[in-house]
Amino acid sequence: MIATQRVTDSLIIVAILLAVWQGLNLMVGDTALPGPAATLAYLAHLVPSARFAENALATLAAFTYALVIAYGLGLAIGVWLGAHHLSGAVGEPLLVALYSIPKITLYPVILLIFGLGISGKVAFGALHGILPVALLTMSAIRNIPPVYLKVARTLHLSKWQTIFAVFFPATLPEVVAGLRIGFTVTLLGVLLAEMFASKRGLGFLIINAMSLAQSEEMLTVAIMLFVFAVLANSLLLWMEHRLHRRN
Amino acid sequence: MSRVGVIRLIVVIAAIGLLELACRLGFIDYRTIIPPSEMTTVLVRLLASGELNSDIARTFGVVVIAVAISIVLGFALGLLIHAVPRVRRALDPLLATYYAVPIFIFYPVMVAIFGLSIIPIVLIGIAAAAVAMIIATLNGLDRVPRVLTKVARVHRMGPLDTALRLKLPAAAPHLFTGVKLAVSYGFIAVIASEFILAPAGLGRAIADAYSDFNNRKMYALILLLLVFATCMNMALHAWDLRWSARRGVRPQ
Repeated sequence: MIATQRVTDSLIIVAILLAVWQGLNLMVGDTALPGPAATLAYLAHLVPSARFAENALATLAAFTYALVIAYGLGLAIGVWLGAHHLSGAVGEPLLVALYSIPKITLYPVILLIFGLGISGKVAFGALHGILPVALLTMSAIRNIPPVYLKVARTLHLSKWQTIFAVFFPATLPEVVAGLRIGFTVTLLGVLLAEMFASKRGLGFLIINAMSLAQSEEMLTVAIMLFVFAVLANSLLLWMEHRLHRRN
Repeated sequence: MSRVGVIRLIVVIAAIGLLELACRLGFIDYRTIIPPSEMTTVLVRLLASGELNSDIARTFGVVVIAVAISIVLGFALGLLIHAVPRVRRALDPLLATYYAVPIFIFYPVMVAIFGLSIIPIVLIGIAAAAVAMIIATLNGLDRVPRVLTKVARVHRMGPLDTALRLKLPAAAPHLFTGVKLAVSYGFIAVIASEFILAPAGLGRAIADAYSDFNNRKMYALILLLLVFATCMNMALHAWDLRWSARRGVRPQ
C-alpha cells in the first residue's frame, strides 16, 4: 500500500517536472528551450550516433583516470590523517579549507602545468575528488569506537587480523559515503574542464551546441549526464544503506 | 596558539616558502607559476588602481542576490515540504540525489533561455544553494522538540507565528549549517558560471587573463578569490561552532 503510494508520488513528481518543462517551452519558444517530446526525438537520434559515442568515451576515459587517482590518493591521505593523530589535527582544517574554495579558479593553473590534453582534465577532476574521499576516510577511522580495538587486543588479534576484521568493516560505510561524494565531484570537475577548454567530451559538446544555438543537443547531453549521475549515485547510496544496516 | 596551530602555520608557511624558492631558483618555469610574493604585489597594485572594482562589485552583488534568495526560498520551501509528510516522502529521494547531478551542465540551457545577463548566473547560484537550505531546514525542523509545537497549540499561535517565533529559533543551529553551505555553494556556482561564460565579473577576468597569457594578473586574481573564499569559510565555520555550542548540538 505504502509502496504503491510511493511509486504514484514519484510519478506525480516526474509528471510535474515534465509539465513545468513543457510550460517553459511554450513560454520561451522552441529555439531557446525545446519541449520534452522534441528533446526525446533528438535523443533517440543523437545517442546511437558515432559523434556522441566518441565524445562520451572521451569523457568516460578522463573520468575513469581521475576517479582512480582521486580514490587512491584520497584513501591514502585519509588513512594517514586518520591513523596518525597529530597529522590529522594539523591537516584537517587545511583539507576543509581546500575543499570549500571554488576550485574552478585553479583550472588555468592546471592547464599551464598539464597542458590542454586529457591530462589537464584528469588532474582537475582528481583535484575535486581527493578531498571528500580523504576527509570522510579520516573521520571514519577516527570514529571507530575504542571498545572495538579493546576487543581486538583482548582476543590477541594480530595487526593484519585487526585491520581486516575490525578496521575494515567498521569504517566501510563512511568510506563508501566518501567514495560516493568523490564520484560526484570528480564528474563535475571533468565536465567543467571540458566546458572551459577542450575539443572533445560531453562538456565540450554542451558548450559547442550552445555557441551553435542547438538547444536540442545541449539539452540531450545534459539529460544523459543527469541520468548517468542519478543512476550511479543511487547505486552507491544503496550500497551505503546496506552497509549501514549490516552494522 | 596551541601546538597543533603552530605546526599548521609552519606547514602553510613552508609550503608557500618552497613555492617561492622553486619559482625564484627556476625549478618552476615563470610561464607556469609566478612567485607568491609577486602575486601579492601585483594584487595590491591592481586593487589600489581600482581597475577591479566593477568586477568585484558585480561578482559579489550576484552572490549576495543569489544567496539571499536561496536562503529565504529554501527556508520557505523547507517549511512547506515539512508540513506535508506525503510530499516530503516523495521528494526525499530527489533531495538525496540532487547534489549528485552536476547542475552546472544546465548553465548553457539557462543562457539560451535568458540570454547572457546576470539572470542565468543568479539562477545557477540559486539552483546550487537553495537545495542545501531546504535540506538543512528539514533537518532542523525534524529536531524541533515535540513539546514546543504543543506550546504553540496551547497558546493558539497561527501557522506563521509558530514558524517564525518558535520553529525558526528552535531549528536555528541546523539552519545556520544550511546558510553556511548556501554561501559556499552559491559563491562557487557564480564564479564557475562567470568563468565559463559571462560578460563580466571576477571569474571572467581570470578566464580573460588566462587567454591573454597575462599570468601576473591571472595569479593575482586567483590569489584574491582564494584568500576571500578561505576567510569567508573560516568566518562562517567559527560562527557555526558558536551557534552549535549555544544550542548544544554538534556542527555538521
